[in-house]
Amino acid sequence: MTRVHDMGGRFGDGPVVPEPEDVKFHADWHPRALALTLACGSLGLWNIDVSRHARESLAPKDYARFAYYEKWIAALADLLVEKGALSADELAAGQAQGESALAARRLEASAVADVLAKGGPADRPSNIAPRFGVGDVVRLRAMPENVAVAGGHTRLPSYAAGAMGHILRVHGTHVLPDSNAHGLGEAPEPLYAVALKAGDIWAHPEHPQDEVILDLWDSYLASP
Amino acid sequence: MPHDHSDHDHPHSLLPPDPALRVKALETILTQKGLVDPAALDEIIDTYENRIGPRNGAKVVARAWCDPAFKAALLEDADPVLADLGFYGRQGEHMVVVENTDTLHNMVVCTLCSCYPWPLLGIPPGWYKSDAYRARAVREPRKVLAEFGVTLPDGCAVRVWDSTAEVRYLVLPQRPAGTEGLDETALMDLVSRDSMIGCGLAGAQ
Repeated sequence: MTRVHDMGGRFGDGPVVPEPEDVKFHADWHPRALALTLACGSLGLWNIDVSRHARESLAPKDYARFAYYEKWIAALADLLVEKGALSADELAAGQAQGESALAARRLEASAVADVLAKGGPADRPSNIAPRFGVGDVVRLRAMPENVAVAGGHTRLPSYAAGAMGHILRVHGTHVLPDSNAHGLGEAPEPLYAVALKAGDIWAHPEHPQDEVILDLWDSYLASP
Repeated sequence: MPHDHSDHDHPHSLLPPDPALRVKALETILTQKGLVDPAALDEIIDTYENRIGPRNGAKVVARAWCDPAFKAALLEDADPVLADLGFYGRQGEHMVVVENTDTLHNMVVCTLCSCYPWPLLGIPPGWYKSDAYRARAVREPRKVLAEFGVTLPDGCAVRVWDSTAEVRYLVLPQRPAGTEGLDETALMDLVSRDSMIGCGLAGAQ
């Protein structure tokens, strides 16, 4: 199911408005929302795919009207309740009902630099040989949906679904978001950069030589 | 659960409607529960406001312009080269650097969310996260470029990289003409953030 977050190729959003490099945030609560989300992420209750899926699972009306960091905060509150770190009563009251058993996992100020520097790589050791090599022609899955979980997370944008392309790079073996977002394991697969001709995905491409490149997992692709 | 609900089925709707108050309320509850240390939040904010930003990327670009061996290694396999400079971490674990030439212009977007190479460019600008950029960069990159004041020659193809996985892309812009005498530090000043996303050209701020 295509969701409101999958907006590549959509019409009607108006101009892109450039801004100076020194503008980092547009309201005092924005950096707070960012930091709160990162700090809670280090509690280890979810992975990046779960958190992306939580944002995508906001009601479409909310997703469309919320500012960027409002989406983050709403999804964070939803995840904290879903994972049992907070109760709905606590959210409604604006007050905690006692300390959490997870407090030992709290991100300390002294650990921030190390945690941010360590990152969270998505590549995994693997003995799965890539099915495709550079230059191979592939067809992308026709349905931009999670094929294992109805309405679940996927990283195949709808504008590219069903298109033909060719392999531009082989990235190695990476965690599969469609699985990892739903507690079904990391299920690592070969990941490829796939080039699509603009004229194969748009009725009115701007230029015959233009291309769009997507990073796509092995199971998103088939031989034509 | 992967199904759409009305707003009232989501726990977040229990928080105050005003976003500033929402964030404040959530921080208060989490701090009381011992799950968040406000000093750690200050530290995260200071990191991305003052320490990690596009000057990191500019240093990489300027060095690539000056040092052919560095540039070749960077384009071949960026991760070890960037790690040597200390540019590794959250949202920059798998870097690919793509080079602009007279016949190819690269641009980066994330149509599904806002993926961006944080260790090299910091947190993304507002426009990168906007619906307009996410929607339009893949379909009409040249119209978007025009909004940044960039017009490409007709012989130049555009390649738009949609960051759909955990690979993060940095554009290596073309070195401006007439800069042969400049050293790395001086060249860094010519490398705008937008030029490393592919929405600007180096030397044109």
